[in-house]
Amino acid sequence: MENVVQKINNLSIGFRSQKGEEISILKNITTEIKRGETVGIVGESGSGKSTLALAMMGYIKHGLFTTSGECTFNSNDLLKMDGRALEKIRGRKIAMIPQNAGQALTPNLKIGYQIDEALRLHTDLNKIDRDKKISELLNKVRLPSPETMALRYPHELSGGQQQRVAVAMALAGTPELLLLDEPTTGLDVTTQAHVLELLKFIAKDTGTSMVYVSHDLGAIAQVSDRIIVMYAGEIVLDGPVRSVLKNPIHPYTFGLLKSIPKLSLAGLPHSMPGSQPQPGTIKKGCSFFDRCSLSEEKCKLNSPQLEYLEELKTSVRCFKHKELIETKNKENVITRNDKKVQINEILNLTDVSISYAKQKLLDQILNRFTDDNPTVKGINVDINKGETIALVGESGSGKSTILKSIAGLLKTKDGNIKFGKEKILQPDVKHRNPNDLRAIQLIFQNPDESLNPNHTVEQIIAQPLRLYFGMSGDELKKNIIDILEKVRLGEFYMTRYPRQLSGGEKQRVAVARAFAAKPDIILCDEVTSALDVSVQAAVLNLLQQLKEDFGTTYIFVSHDLAVVRAISDRVAVLYQGRLCEIGPSKNVYQTPSHPYTEVLLGAVLEPDPDIKPKLVAEDIVEDRPPEKGCSFQGRCPKVIGDICKNETPPWIKADNGNLIRCHLSLEELRK
Amino acid sequence: MENIKQNPKSTSAKILEVLGTMASRPSGLIGLVILIFHVSLALLSPYLAPYDYKAIDPTLMLQEPSSEFWFGTDSLGRDVFSRTILGGRIALTVTFFGSLIALFWGGLLGIFCGLVGGKIDDVVMRIVDAFLSIPWILAMLLIVSLLGTSIEVLIPALGFFYGKGIVRVARAATHDVIAKDFIISARARGHSNMSIIWNEILPNVRDAILVEGAMRWSWMLLGFSSLSFLGFGVSPPTPDWGLMISNARGLMSFAYWAVIAPIVGLSTLIIGINLTADAFAKALGIDRSTKAPV
Repeated sequence: MENVVQKINNLSIGFRSQKGEEISILKNITTEIKRGETVGIVGESGSGKSTLALAMMGYIKHGLFTTSGECTFNSNDLLKMDGRALEKIRGRKIAMIPQNAGQALTPNLKIGYQIDEALRLHTDLNKIDRDKKISELLNKVRLPSPETMALRYPHELSGGQQQRVAVAMALAGTPELLLLDEPTTGLDVTTQAHVLELLKFIAKDTGTSMVYVSHDLGAIAQVSDRIIVMYAGEIVLDGPVRSVLKNPIHPYTFGLLKSIPKLSLAGLPHSMPGSQPQPGTIKKGCSFFDRCSLSEEKCKLNSPQLEYLEELKTSVRCFKHKELIETKNKENVITRNDKKVQINEILNLTDVSISYAKQKLLDQILNRFTDDNPTVKGINVDINKGETIALVGESGSGKSTILKSIAGLLKTKDGNIKFGKEKILQPDVKHRNPNDLRAIQLIFQNPDESLNPNHTVEQIIAQPLRLYFGMSGDELKKNIIDILEKVRLGEFYMTRYPRQLSGGEKQRVAVARAFAAKPDIILCDEVTSALDVSVQAAVLNLLQQLKEDFGTTYIFVSHDLAVVRAISDRVAVLYQGRLCEIGPSKNVYQTPSHPYTEVLLGAVLEPDPDIKPKLVAEDIVEDRPPEKGCSFQGRCPKVIGDICKNETPPWIKADNGNLIRCHLSLEELRK
Repeated sequence: MENIKQNPKSTSAKILEVLGTMASRPSGLIGLVILIFHVSLALLSPYLAPYDYKAIDPTLMLQEPSSEFWFGTDSLGRDVFSRTILGGRIALTVTFFGSLIALFWGGLLGIFCGLVGGKIDDVVMRIVDAFLSIPWILAMLLIVSLLGTSIEVLIPALGFFYGKGIVRVARAATHDVIAKDFIISARARGHSNMSIIWNEILPNVRDAILVEGAMRWSWMLLGFSSLSFLGFGVSPPTPDWGLMISNARGLMSFAYWAVIAPIVGLSTLIIGINLTADAFAKALGIDRSTKAPV
């Protein structure tokens, strides 16, 4: 047997533009995948990493074509094979695990049947052996009670379990090469850590080669032996995981690593200027030229070639890599320059409960609140003017629900929200007065959805200005230009439509729209989750800058603890709509902390192969909060016994000012 | 992403671009040519018609097509060619304005239902469903026999009956955008429902509604001609294709020309509108016939 499973030689893939130009998406890709090796392909959106992964299966999307090169699997060129020959290889020799297993599984077929289908296609086993194999596979991906699991439908499984089923299906044909396209991106942090652990185990256990495609350097660092960094359709760096992450010798990787917020460091990450060029815009020279801090004249005129450095076992595409070998990746961050937060409460949440349950007619008439077990319950938070408070938790923790209630989009069922000490905010946005509406603004996760595609930037930013200040004509225009400048966008953006902007620019417009209302409080709902890492750093820096300039208060919802660490002053940890812990962010990231906080922190993936996630809690998903007792009782690794089940835990105050809601004493929590 | 420094196109440039895209497909080009031909014929036919459309001459009954009478004459000796080129005028006018009415009320009601949702939406949609289940021709006959067959009655009546389908399309298109964050964002800012409909929803559902309206136009044309055929549309001696087909169908076996000419007129116009509407939909990116991308 050969040692190399797949060999890609000078592969270029492109499409023809409307003008008839040939535009490359992948440029001269040369690499190989060894037997038993796990290779991580990392890059931002549009870098060509998914196109490369698909080409490794011999699949080229409609509209694209190969312009040069070959992609051989066990010495056969996949790109020259016909459909029949590929059928024998796909699924059997090369298997793929998709990003969203929930969508990849057929919703009306049972799990067992779907795995059986894969087995029938790719193996010659008879019915009895296949049934045995199904249990074996489900066992291998560590799904509980395989026999009953096989009889379930995909929607009865959680996201992590669905992903495990996808892994089991991919393993059905005992493939030699496993392609994984962002397999953990949609999952919660704790689930993600568990799935990655499983993938690592499978790689070791079966000896399968894996290609792991992701934008997330943290996940890549955990599973890969070797990392390929892609930028604008080219391989810019290709080397062993430690060499790439600890001593990145390409300026792009260097900048990328610096723009990732780290759990261990407070303060904002450095951002990279600009954004990735669109395919076909770079005619000559290095594609990273515009954004590079080391660039010089020759980088603009000549394209660097991929150069192999023997001592580092790394290939790099840069003229100036020698300068970066000396500069080690020193970890530093931009310290935040916050004014001291005064105890000057701007928003109070008192005993807020929110329920999605439908009230009965009689209760509606009597205005009674009857749901004993609401989605969000008993939230008490005081927010001071000028601080950034983060709400963190996994999906279903109620963090976005609370945000919607503050915005008046979802009525609170119990308790109240006070604005500026005494004024109780109307629960429904329709009954709020214009000044309260203006004071609270929202920024959403995905700027593609939050900006009307048929409005120009000018129209988008004009809306709050017209609505709250009644501006028009020259005054309106002047204000729009002012605000655009504040978010570092030029005047010429006014006539653009959102589709003409990059992801980062779109989010800047969304930020500008929120700030146009001169708000006191801005609610940020996962504002950086949909953005690429380098763009995320820039948006975080912008938000911080605006806060320093205007003294705005942020309520920042995120599932990403590293991002939260970078931007927030205070953190509130939520589980199943109940508060677990609240305190200054530097304390929350230290012991003693609530067991759930510990679980969350343990599961965070750092872009460093030497920092392994700690898997303490069970990977289960609860869909309803428990009726009584502690909200985290079902998954808590430190659960004491009946007291956790029956009694709501008290708030205990740690010596550093942290409030923790647990039955355990501080000493026990510190362990 | 287009080049950021380039200025975006003006509205008229966009319309020209859409027309250009439509004409770039053979079917779209054929549709546009037919439609433009029919519209210009309707505008110019009073000056083009060689004979008076109502001049009766018993001596010239059922003449075969000749150099004198290109399409022959009908049972009353009227020139079929003159009557055919004039016959589309009323049908086009009535159905054009009828479609506008249908678009207006159907579009607005659909968007409104999609936006408010809940009980109001339920009630309104069940009423629309109930109307959809009534055979329209029966209801039209009832209205026409009660209120007469004038244009003032026909346009709103047709507009009402063909707007029901548009309600459904507009509602569905609204549902597609209603859950998007930009609507929620507008709500959170405190915009009124009217402002949300006008500024946020309408620009995003406009294309779907326009395409549906264009399709309805061709159906309405068929409906109007059916009414005329049954004698409830235009009153004689006004030339109208439906009426002409109805009058001449008894003599079809020996005077086919009197019936063929209006049939060709009617069917080409309907095909023309259909092809144009299809090309319009494709040019706007709302293609109902595209396959899955894989």
